[in-house]
Amino acid sequence: MIVADRKPIEEIIEQVKDCKKVLVLGCNECVTVCEAGGKKEVGVLASALRMYYANKGVDNRVDEITLERQCDHEYLEEIREKADQYDAIISIACGVGVQFTAEKYHAIPVFPGVNTCFLGVTEKRGLWTERCQACGQCILAYTGGICPVSRCAKRLLNGPCGGSSKGKCEISKDTDCAWQLIIDRLKAINRMDLYEKLFSIKDWSKDRAGGPRKVIREDVMI
Amino acid sequence: MRLNYPASVKIIRVPCTGKVDVIHMLRAFEKGADGVYIVGCKEGECHYKKGNYRARKRVEQAQKILNTIGVGGDRVQMYNLSSSDAPLFVKYANEMNERIMGLGPNPVKLKKKKAA
Repeated sequence: MIVADRKPIEEIIEQVKDCKKVLVLGCNECVTVCEAGGKKEVGVLASALRMYYANKGVDNRVDEITLERQCDHEYLEEIREKADQYDAIISIACGVGVQFTAEKYHAIPVFPGVNTCFLGVTEKRGLWTERCQACGQCILAYTGGICPVSRCAKRLLNGPCGGSSKGKCEISKDTDCAWQLIIDRLKAINRMDLYEKLFSIKDWSKDRAGGPRKVIREDVMI
Repeated sequence: MRLNYPASVKIIRVPCTGKVDVIHMLRAFEKGADGVYIVGCKEGECHYKKGNYRARKRVEQAQKILNTIGVGGDRVQMYNLSSSDAPLFVKYANEMNERIMGLGPNPVKLKKKKAA
């Protein structure tokens, strides 16, 4: 899932302090799971904003809506009739949702309510860690299901480097060496032969280096 | 024992303090409460294991938010006691009552009244 973290309320207030009618727009997908932008967080942020405005002595309106997703036309269209009445929309979906909302509601300012962080997993409640960088050319088949692109600080395809010590990365004692994990896993599945294989230079044009990316599937287009 | 506690305290019963979320505390202030305190079982004695620890963390989150928006985080507190400890319940009720009397009314409520 896409992992996001809540922005400080001060930062959000700074963006919308002069707005009269504000919509806090949540998303029922990834940001709900990582407890940053779901219905519950919409309620907390909207309540805090209402009290902030009331405390300032201004008569403002703050409404709450949580959509199924903010990255699909059909769900974002659900606010088509209502959107015009707001001076600002605070989208607490990931950066994708914020941008798609801004694209669809061109004349209404849309502000982000979260910092979108990475593609990751819930290790335990309150701890999310990165697993994928969406590099566009998956090599997990050869690395025992552990991704050196996202989990090695140097993105080494032929590791480990000299900074690996006792299974940890030199950048931090809390960070596992991805290549140690890969070797441990390859041993466990009895595929150390894959470790013998040298990776040639990766085609980074499929990553962000090639500019904004597209997936085009004519077979599913209507 | 028939102990008395301040009449300003309104009790809302929940199955466990772990049920109380940040939004419940914020809504209480939005609706005009001057203070909110959560009374949970003693730490380490939660029937559901971690309910009162969760409540404490949520109280801390609510305090942060209330400080940011100018309502004052001191208006929310977490207390722990044994369910049969009536004298301590009264002590905490008095303590909270005094604290809120010192802080004065909820500024949001005052501003809303003025505007109306």
